[in-house]
Amino acid sequence: MNLHALTIHELHDLLAKKEVSAVELAGAVFDRIDAVEEKVGSFISLTKEQALSQAAEADKQLASGAGGALCGIPLAIKDVVCTKGVRTTAGSKILQSFVPPYDATVMHKLQQAGAVMVGKASMDEFAMGSTNENCAYGVPKNPWNSDYICGGSSGGSAAAVAADECIASLGSDTGGSIRQPASHCGVVGLKPTYGRVSRFGLLAFASSLDQIGPFTKDVTDCALMLNVISGYDKRDSTSVNQHVPDYLASLTDGLQGITIGIPEEYFAEGLDSEVEAAVRNSIATLQEAGAAVEEVSLPHTEYGVAAYYIIAPAEASSNLARYDGVKYGLRDMDADSLLDMYKKTRSQGFGDEVKRRIIMGTYALSSGYYDAYYKKASQVRTLIVEDYKKAFEKCDVLVSPVTPSPAWKIGEKSDDPLSMYLSDVLTIPANLAGIPGMSVPCGISKAGLPIGFQIQGAHFAEEKLIRVGYNLEQRLNISAKKPSL
Amino acid sequence: MNISKEEVLKVAQLARLELADDELDAITAQLDKVLGYVVKLNEVETENIKPTTHAIAVHNAFRDDVVQPSLSQDEALTNGPETNSEAFIVPKVI
Repeated sequence: MNLHALTIHELHDLLAKKEVSAVELAGAVFDRIDAVEEKVGSFISLTKEQALSQAAEADKQLASGAGGALCGIPLAIKDVVCTKGVRTTAGSKILQSFVPPYDATVMHKLQQAGAVMVGKASMDEFAMGSTNENCAYGVPKNPWNSDYICGGSSGGSAAAVAADECIASLGSDTGGSIRQPASHCGVVGLKPTYGRVSRFGLLAFASSLDQIGPFTKDVTDCALMLNVISGYDKRDSTSVNQHVPDYLASLTDGLQGITIGIPEEYFAEGLDSEVEAAVRNSIATLQEAGAAVEEVSLPHTEYGVAAYYIIAPAEASSNLARYDGVKYGLRDMDADSLLDMYKKTRSQGFGDEVKRRIIMGTYALSSGYYDAYYKKASQVRTLIVEDYKKAFEKCDVLVSPVTPSPAWKIGEKSDDPLSMYLSDVLTIPANLAGIPGMSVPCGISKAGLPIGFQIQGAHFAEEKLIRVGYNLEQRLNISAKKPSL
Repeated sequence: MNISKEEVLKVAQLARLELADDELDAITAQLDKVLGYVVKLNEVETENIKPTTHAIAVHNAFRDDVVQPSLSQDEALTNGPETNSEAFIVPKVI
C-alpha cells in the first residue's frame, strides 16, 4: 500500500484502527519526497525532524484515543504562512533569513487538530504570479509533465498534493492562486469566502482580496480541512464571526433542489475547445445528478482583470512598504544613508514582478492619478459585486472553467506580463466580490494535462460548493487519476 | 505612450526602488502595455456608483484597552539585521 497516495479520510481510518502509525506515515511521505522532489521541486524548505517529532506526538494522542481531525496527517504549507521557528520566505530573496517568532492562526488550528507539517511549499514571490516562475528558490514543475507550469501563485502547494509529497496542503488565493494551480495540477482547491479563515500570520499581498484555503486529493478532504481552518479570529479584524457548519454534512448524493447557473461570459471567445468540452460534459453530469440549469449573465466579467491589476498592486505597494531592511530580512549593509539603505535593500531583495507591481500600485495611488485608476477600479468592483448578487437570485452556484486553457509551457509567457494577467480572467472576479470558489478536476487534455471545473457561490455558501463538487467527483471519478512520476 | 521613463523613475523613487537602465526600459514598456489595457475601465459608466474597498462589510473591531500577551522585546528583535538589546539600528538619519 502506498500510504503517501491516500487521502486524509482514508488515512484517518487506518490511523484510528492502529493499522498504520503516524511516524510510519510521515516516513512514507518523506520517502516519496526523496524519490520525486528533484523532478517536481514543490518545496522551499523541508522540516523532516520537526515532522517526525510531531508524528510521534500524534501517535501518543492516537494511542489514548484523543487524536483530532487531522491527527498524524502530513501537510505542506505555502511559504507565505508564518510558522514559528521555521523560515518563511514568501518566495522572496528579501525574506531569505526570516524566521517568524509566532505562528499564524491557521497553524494553531492545524496543530490543535494534530497535523504534521512536512515543509514550506514553493510559491511566486509574495504570491504575485500565475506560474510559480517568480520564485527566488527555483521553479516547481507540473507533476503531469515537467515541461509545463504547475500554476501559481500556490504552485508548490498544488504540485506537492498532485505528486503525493504530502496528503493535503494550504495555499492562499488573491486572484486565483489556489483554484488555478489546483486546476493545472488536477487536485481539489478551495478559496473560502473572504473572512471565513483568519489571515493573521499570512504575509499580506492585497489585504482586501487575500484568503487562505486548502488543496486536497478529493472533495471529502476539502470539507475536512475547511472544518479545521475556518472560524472567527479576534486577531484578524476582517474575519467574520459566523457559525462554522460541519462541512462533511454537505457530502450528500444527488443535487435535487440545486440550480446551477452558467455565466455566458465565462465561455467567451478564446476558450480552449478541450476545456469547454470537459466543462460542458460536467454540467451535463450535474444535471443527471438532479441539478437544474439556468443561463445567467455577469456583464462586467471582462473588466475584472483591469480592475484587479489596479486594486491588487495598489494594496501590495502599501503592504510591501514594510520590507525596508530594518525589522527583518535582507539589508544592504554598505549603504551610507537611511534612504540609500531602503532603496538598495528593496532593489536587491525584490524580483522583477514584485517591483513591477509596486511601481504600478504606487502610480495608481499617486496624486493626480488616484481618481482615474484606483477610484475607478473600486467603482467597477462594485458593479462586479452587483452582477454576482443578481446571478445568485436565480441560482445556487455558478459553474465554469477555472482557466481558459490547460497549463502552458514553462517560459512561454514569462516576458509578457499582460498576457499572463489575462489568463486569470475567470478567477479574479470571485476575489473582487469576496465570494468562495472551488476547483474540482473534470478532465484531462489530449496532451495529458488536467482540466478543472470552477464552482462559485454566494458569501458563505461553501456547503453548496462542496455538495456540487462532491457530486461531480463521484460521477466523473477523475480525482482518482494520478500523474506518473 | 501611457507612461514615460521619467514618470516611472519618479514613482520608483516614491516606492524606494532603484532601477538599473535596462530594468527601467523593460518596466516602462511593460507598464505602458498594462496601462494601455486598464483604460478599458473607461468604457464602464460609473457615475454615482459607490466604490467597494471591502466586499464583506467590515466594521471597526473594538476591544477593551487592556494589556494582552504579545511578543517580548527580544523576540521582536530577533530578525533585525542590526540591533542592540533594545532597538533596531539604522544608518544615521540626521
